[in-house]
Amino acid sequence: MSLSENMTRWRYKYVPDKAIGEILSKNWIDTLIPAFFLSVVLIIFGTQMPTFLSAANLSDIGRIYGEYLFIAIGLTIVMMAGGIDLSVGSTFALCNFVALSFINYMEWPIAVGMIVVVAVGAFVGLINGILIGYLRLRAFLTTLVMLIIVRAIVDMLLLDYAMIIGRGFNMSPVWEFMALGDILGLPASLMAAIAVAILAHITLTRLRFGWHVMAVGGSRRSAFNAGIKVKRTVCLTYVISGALCGLAACFYAARLSSASADVGRGLEVTILTAVVLGGISLGGGRGSVVKAALGTLIILLVQNSLIQMGFLSGNSSLILGGVLLAAVAIDVRWVKNRHKVLARAYVSPTYFKLPDLPDTSQGSDSPYALNDKLRGVEAIGLGELDGPEDMIFDRDDNMYCGSRHGDVMRIFAPDYKRVEVFAHIGGHPLGMAFDAEDNLHVCVGGMGLFKVAPDRTVTKLSDETNRSWTSIVDDSRLRLADDLDIAPDGRVFFSEATVRYEMYDWMVDALEARGNGRIICYDPKTDTSRTVVPNKQLPNGICVEFEGQSLLYAETWGCRITRYWFDGPKKGQTEVIIENLPGYPDNINRASDGTYWCALCGMRSPVFDLAQEMPGFRRRMVQAVARDDWLYPNMNTGCVIKFDRDGNILDTLWDLGGEAHPMITSIREHKGYLYLGGIYNNRVGRYPIEGADQNWTSSVSYWGKNRGGTRK
Amino acid sequence: MLKMLNQERIVGAIAVVLFIGFSIGLSGFLSGSNILSLIQNVSILGILGIGMAIGIIGRGIDLSMVSTMVISVAWMLVMVNSGVNLWLALGLAVGFAVVVGIVNGLLIAYVEVPAIFATLAMGIVVYGFGKSFLIGQDVVYLPRDESWFYHIGSGQIAGVPNPVVVFALVALVAALFLKFTKFGRYNYAVGDNVATARITGIPVRPVIVAQYVLIAVIAVVAGVVVATAVTSMNTRLALSTQVYDVILVVVLGGIGLSGGKGGVRNVIVGTLLIGILLNGMTIMNLGYTTQNIFKSVILLAAILIDTMLNPRDEQTAQHGDI
Repeated sequence: MSLSENMTRWRYKYVPDKAIGEILSKNWIDTLIPAFFLSVVLIIFGTQMPTFLSAANLSDIGRIYGEYLFIAIGLTIVMMAGGIDLSVGSTFALCNFVALSFINYMEWPIAVGMIVVVAVGAFVGLINGILIGYLRLRAFLTTLVMLIIVRAIVDMLLLDYAMIIGRGFNMSPVWEFMALGDILGLPASLMAAIAVAILAHITLTRLRFGWHVMAVGGSRRSAFNAGIKVKRTVCLTYVISGALCGLAACFYAARLSSASADVGRGLEVTILTAVVLGGISLGGGRGSVVKAALGTLIILLVQNSLIQMGFLSGNSSLILGGVLLAAVAIDVRWVKNRHKVLARAYVSPTYFKLPDLPDTSQGSDSPYALNDKLRGVEAIGLGELDGPEDMIFDRDDNMYCGSRHGDVMRIFAPDYKRVEVFAHIGGHPLGMAFDAEDNLHVCVGGMGLFKVAPDRTVTKLSDETNRSWTSIVDDSRLRLADDLDIAPDGRVFFSEATVRYEMYDWMVDALEARGNGRIICYDPKTDTSRTVVPNKQLPNGICVEFEGQSLLYAETWGCRITRYWFDGPKKGQTEVIIENLPGYPDNINRASDGTYWCALCGMRSPVFDLAQEMPGFRRRMVQAVARDDWLYPNMNTGCVIKFDRDGNILDTLWDLGGEAHPMITSIREHKGYLYLGGIYNNRVGRYPIEGADQNWTSSVSYWGKNRGGTRK
Repeated sequence: MLKMLNQERIVGAIAVVLFIGFSIGLSGFLSGSNILSLIQNVSILGILGIGMAIGIIGRGIDLSMVSTMVISVAWMLVMVNSGVNLWLALGLAVGFAVVVGIVNGLLIAYVEVPAIFATLAMGIVVYGFGKSFLIGQDVVYLPRDESWFYHIGSGQIAGVPNPVVVFALVALVAALFLKFTKFGRYNYAVGDNVATARITGIPVRPVIVAQYVLIAVIAVVAGVVVATAVTSMNTRLALSTQVYDVILVVVLGGIGLSGGKGGVRNVIVGTLLIGILLNGMTIMNLGYTTQNIFKSVILLAAILIDTMLNPRDEQTAQHGDI
C-alpha cells in the first residue's frame, strides 16, 4: 500500500467529517443563529456602553423583558400554527387600560382584576380567532384591521377616562410586588414569564394541543386529513395570544400605571421582529419558545441600548425595520435551502479498498463462473407480490413473505397459487424467522423487530437499542432492521443496515463505505435489546449456524461474510470466512446438506470499486452532481452462492437474462427447492435443487419435529 | 337579472344612494367648497388606489406606499426649499421611489418574502431612513413659487379641478397599460397563478419587480397632489392608517385579494363610495377615532365578503401566504 493511500486512509479514519452533517441535521441547529446574534449584541453593547452590564440596567431590562416575553410567546404560538397576530400592540393597550381602571382605580381584588384583564385579552383574541380560524380570513390583514379598531377604541376610552384612572392607586402589596418585587434576584414579571415559557414549551413539544398546532402550521391540509380540528386549533392560538397580552398588561400596569396614548404603540412590530429574528418562520410549523425568547432578548437589548445612546425615533425605526427585513430574508432563504445544505453536508464518504475483483467469466475455472442455471425458474405469486425481500415456510409448508405495503403475505401450499394478507404491520417487512413456538419474527424496515403469532396478533418486540455515547445522531432508534435469526435459547440476533439513513435512502449508505450498521441482540427474557457488533458496512443477512453457538453475517458493502460467536468457548470473537466476494451479499440461510446459501443482490463493478478508494471524488460528486446522477453500486444483476462452513464456494447460480430475478435478496431451501426473493421483484422464484433432500425443511431441522420442542 | 349584479355595480349603486342621501340629509354636503374638498380627497385616494390595484391584481400588496409617497415628496420639497432646481428635485424624488420599489420587488420576487410582510417592514424602513437622513422637521412647506407645478393640487382646467384631471390621467394610463401592454397582461397571469405563469414562460420575477416600481412612482404622483393641495407635506402621515383606506378602496371596489381579477373601473367605483362616506362622516362631525372604527369595520366586512366570493384555492395558495 502506497504512502498516499495510507495518508488517505488515516485522513478519513481520524477526521470526523460525518459530525458536521450530523450536527447540521439536529433540530436545535436553527437556535444557534439567534444565539450567535445575541452574543454579538452583548459584545458590542457590553464594550461600548459602560452602564450596560450594571445591575440597575439589567434589572430594568429584566422587567421589560418579562412583559415582552409573554406577548412573544403568544405570537410564537400563533405563528407556529401558520398565522400571525398584529393586533397584540392594541390588545396590550386595551388590557392596560382595563387593568388600570379595575385594579388601580376601582381597587378590585388583584386576582379578580387580573382574571378580567386576561379575559378581555382573550376576547379580542377570540374575535381574531373566529374571523381567521372559522371564517378563514387572511390573518395578516384581519389582525391589522383589528389593530386599528382596538386602537381606536382605546383612544376613545382614554379621551374620556384618562384623567380619572390616572388618579387611581392600588396599595395592595401583591400589586406592588408585581411591579417591583424580586424572586431569587429575578424581577417578578420575568419569573412569571419564564414559568409561562416553560409551560408553553412543554405544551408545544410534549402535549397534544402543541402537536396539533405544529401539524396545522406544517401543513394545513395534511393536518385536516389526519383528523385534526384545524379551525378550532387556529382559533385557540389567537385566544392564547390575546390572553398572554392581558397577562403582560397586568405587569405593565402595575409597574408604570401609565394611561398614555402611546402604550403599546408599535409593539406589534417590535415583537414580530423579535420572534422572526429568533427563527420562528412565517408560514408556520417551525420554531420554538427558546428561539422566541432569544430573539426577544436581542431586540430588547438593541432597542434599549439605542435609546440610551440617544438615537432618535427615526433611527430606531430604521434599524428595527432593517433588522426585521434581514431576519425574514435570512429565514425564508434558510427554510427553502436548508435541506440542500444538509444533503450536501450529510453524506460523508470514507476510504475503503477492496481487493481485485474475482474472475466471473463464463467457462473459467473460477467458482463464480457465469452460468444460466436460474433461467426459466418457476414464478410464484407473479403480479400479486410486491417486494418479497425474504420468505419463509411454516410446518404446513405455507410460504410467508413481506410486501412493500407493510403486509406479511401468506401463500398457501401445496400449489402456491392462493395469496392472502396474513397480517399488516406497516413499514416494509424484510427478514423473517420462526421461533420454536411457531411465532413469526419479522424485521420491519423503518419500524423495528416484530412478532406475528400463528393467530395473527402482531407484537412489537423492539424498536430501540442502547444509545452509543459518542454518536451525534440518536442511534438508539432502529431505522432499518434488516434480517434476523433466532438462537436456540430464544435470543433474536438481527442486523440493522445503517443508523445514518432511512429505508428509502439506504443505497446512499454505499457512498459512505463506512461501518454504519450493527448487529443487535434482543433477549426475550429481559425484553431488551443491546448492540453486540457495532460499525459494520451494511450488515444484512444473519444465519445462526448448525452448532447453535455462532452466527454468520453478511456485510453488503464490505463484500464479506463473517462468523460471530455468541456462545461457547470463543464467545464474542469474530472471524472473517469469505472475503472479496464478486458481489454484494444479502441474506444467508442454511442448506439441507449442512452448508449455506447466500444471495448476492448486486455485482461489483470496477468503477464503483475504484470510487470506494477515492472518498474525495465521492464527496465532490455528492456536492456537485444532481442526486439522480450519482454513481451507485450495481443492483441490477445478482446471483446465489453456496458455501461451506470454512468459506469454500461450492456452487453459483446465475440468471444471465436478468429478467425474472434482476435482484436476489434472499433464498430459502425447502423440501428440495430453492426459493428466491427480491426486494424490487414482483414474484418469488422456485428452483429445483439437484440431489437435495426432498423432506428437509429449515425449521424442522433447526427446532425439531414438534412445536415447542427443544433443539436436537 | 342576478347575473347583472356584481360587486362593482352594487358598490356603484350604494355610492349613488349615499350621495343622494347625504345631499338631502346633510346640510353643507352639496356646497361648493365641500364638493371641492371631497373631490380632492377622493382623487388622492383614487390615485393611490390605482397603484395598490396593480399590486393586488398581481397577487401582491404594498403597505409601504404611503411612506414612500410622504418621504419622497417631503424630500423633494426640502431640496427645493434649500435651492435645488424643482425638476432636478422631482427627478431625485422619483429616483428614490424607484429604488424603494426595486428593493420591495427584489425582496418579494427573488428573496420570496411574503409581499405584505416585506412592504410592512419597508414602510418602517423608508420612514426611518427619511426622518434620519433626509428630512429634519415634521411638516415641510411648499416654497413660494408661481410655477404651474404648485397648482396641480388646487387649480382647475376648464372648470374641472386639477386633482380630478390627474386622477383621470393616471386611471386612463393604468387602464390602457393593464389592458393592452404585454406587462399588463403578464400582471394578471402572475396574479392568477404564479406557478402556471412561470411554466408558461412569463418572466415572473421581473414582472413582480416592475409592479412595485410602478406602485412607487404612482405614489409620488399622489404625493405631489397631496402636497400641492394643502401646500405642505406632513411626514406624520406615514404613521397614519391611510394605507388601509387605500386597501379599503380597492377591495371594496371588487378587486379580489387573491389576485388576477378586477381593473381600474373597480378602483373608481370604490373610490367614489369611500370618498362620499368619509366626507359624510366628517360633516357629521364624527371624531377621527370613530371614523377609524367605521372604516375598519367596513374593511373587515369587505375582506369577509371577498373571502366568501373568492375562496382561497388550496392548490395555488403558496406556503407562507398569510
